[in-house]
Amino acid sequence: MRTASFRTSAKCLLALLALAGVVGGAMGLAGPPWAEAQAKPAELKIGIVSFLSGPATVFGVPSKNAAEWLIEKYNREGGIGGVKIRPVYADEAGGAEKQVAEFRRLVLDEKVDLVIGYISSADCLAVAPVAEELRKLTVLFDCGTNRIFEDSKYKYVFRTKAHQVLDSVAAAKYVLSVKPNVKTIAGINQDYAWGRDSWESFRRAMLKLKPDVQVVAELWPKLLAGEYSAEISRLLVAKPDVIHSSFWNGDIIGLVKQGAPRGLFSQSLVVLTAGEHMLQDVGKDMPEGVVIGARGDHWFLHNANDPLHKEFVDGYRARYGRYPIYPSYHMYQAVAGVKAAYEKAMKAAGGAWPSLDQAIKAFEGIEYRVPPGRTMTIRGDHNGIEPAIMGLTKHDPKYPFAILDRMMVFPAAEVNPPLGVKSNDWIDSWKK
Amino acid sequence: MTVAVVILLDGVLYAAVLFLVAAGLTLVYGVMRILNIAHGSFYALGAYAGTSLVLVYLKTGGPAPLMYLALLAGAVVAGAIAGPLVERLLLRPIYGREEVVQLLVTYSLFLILEDVMKLLWGVDPYYVAKPYAFLGTVTIAGIRYAWYQLLLIAVALATGVLVSLAIRGTRLGRMIVAVTADREISATLGINVGRVYTLAFTAGAILAALGGALVAPLISVAPGMSVEAIVLAFAVVVIGGLGSLEGAALGALIVGITRAAAVQLFPEIELATVYLIMVAVLLFRPRGLFGEWETRRI
Repeated sequence: MRTASFRTSAKCLLALLALAGVVGGAMGLAGPPWAEAQAKPAELKIGIVSFLSGPATVFGVPSKNAAEWLIEKYNREGGIGGVKIRPVYADEAGGAEKQVAEFRRLVLDEKVDLVIGYISSADCLAVAPVAEELRKLTVLFDCGTNRIFEDSKYKYVFRTKAHQVLDSVAAAKYVLSVKPNVKTIAGINQDYAWGRDSWESFRRAMLKLKPDVQVVAELWPKLLAGEYSAEISRLLVAKPDVIHSSFWNGDIIGLVKQGAPRGLFSQSLVVLTAGEHMLQDVGKDMPEGVVIGARGDHWFLHNANDPLHKEFVDGYRARYGRYPIYPSYHMYQAVAGVKAAYEKAMKAAGGAWPSLDQAIKAFEGIEYRVPPGRTMTIRGDHNGIEPAIMGLTKHDPKYPFAILDRMMVFPAAEVNPPLGVKSNDWIDSWKK
Repeated sequence: MTVAVVILLDGVLYAAVLFLVAAGLTLVYGVMRILNIAHGSFYALGAYAGTSLVLVYLKTGGPAPLMYLALLAGAVVAGAIAGPLVERLLLRPIYGREEVVQLLVTYSLFLILEDVMKLLWGVDPYYVAKPYAFLGTVTIAGIRYAWYQLLLIAVALATGVLVSLAIRGTRLGRMIVAVTADREISATLGINVGRVYTLAFTAGAILAALGGALVAPLISVAPGMSVEAIVLAFAVVVIGGLGSLEGAALGALIVGITRAAAVQLFPEIELATVYLIMVAVLLFRPRGLFGEWETRRI
């Protein structure tokens, strides 16, 4: 009993201390906006969160790899203005509530200076308000939901990539350029936010660009279902001209494996908006003539001779034995964004280490270079915009997997809504 | 008419896959009264082992049909190694303890095996599609199906028949039935209860591994596949009645056909169908469809 009550009081004490830490920390960070630049710290500690277990590991590990590779490169080159970056890796598995707790742990226990993270849109939506509450710079690197900055405003939260509307709109435009007389479309998407939002944007864009298009099937298998015999039968019965799918990870591989022998990909023009990441896995079994999106312009053969891109692709491949996939590029954009913002803020402060407010101010509207050798723009709403590429799969003897043929690049302004306009309103406002 | 045929066929195809995973789970519960969460891990283990062996075999350039042997051999070896190890080291100390302890132990095992597989095979998906595509396709009701899918139905049927024959018709099977009915009396009759447990658990593990290996050519073998398998297998087993092999078969058929019908007719509710059936069965028959056979559960 005595030990128990001792433990309880110790716990209370700890809780009090933690609370004091939160309050103190918050007060420290909440200094006036004209706060003086601070002394250079010994290191910049970044919490990096991605899936290190569970089915999304196929994204999480290539993201972590890119962070590891890039941070080591930056540190070799002198870090950020002489300050070395120290990454603290954390696992994104376990759901949104666990991620909120994990975020607090990173901030309060690990005392990270900022957090880069989150592949799942649910995690992004849950963590952003907490980042705001704890006043911690947080850079979302991969999640796709358009809701995050369209429904709320954040001071401390940024996203160094474009949202899902980019893929869906680019896909619709690409489909109409390779198959202008499309009459019927169908969708097979995972039954959760990402699948639902992606299909909604694609359908909306298709109907706007070609109003006589008919939707003949909308299928909603469970995320990670893996077995799609019934869905494939339904699509073979419906015979749509175009099939849209925003499937990812094992699900997309299952769809290709089961659909290809049954003639799904020869019957319809299939659009896989997140298809880029599985081409190296599926190898020579990938059917030709399938529309592939890359969640932006993240494709190792796009602008392959650009020195920045070449360095990334060669360096990544030498170390991890594979070409980087789009989550790797997204991580690059986040780490490079943090470095660019801190350097811009230092320049503005005459070379002194910036305060948090100064770093945030520098982040807004920043432009910096990223692979494949283009400018990345973070707009005033804290969201990035990117160009998109789409192409058709084709086999090339030089590679053990399908590469993209008839590739089209859609400039950022064509596939991202203008600043301040919501995605669906933007699509609805198109003329034609 | 076409749609009805397609629903029935797709339903049975899916039921075959479900049954292969659920059979081992229900067998282990029937004999040992342990809800083995790590059953999904054996399924994943079988998928990884089978796929790896097929990949190695395909590299040697041997005759293609033999790859099916490699697929099955990989799974059997994985199950035959992992099963006894787990039973002897982890489960033996917890027989007769509260169910929650058993759940926690098998759940921890599930988490540990997930990481062990990541250490052994990495996180990049393992990919082999040849066993699925190799047999070609057949057109039924105007729709192309892979012969491999039809083969899965035959394998699931054969598995069900063989397991029930083994239980009813062999000496070991009768010992299993006796142990299921009463562990202590079986022991006083001279049955080596420990050995029966090890054998039954290993049989369950091999069944799970075979299920994983047979499904592997359809799906992506990657971290996380064990979760999906165990959740669905539980649903099927609960619908059919825990511990009943016939129940697992019926549960798989009901779930498979309902899902196929939902996809064709009301795709909006596909996700909910499995769980709606489960709720309905639990409301009206809390022990599952075959659950009342208290004395003989297999």
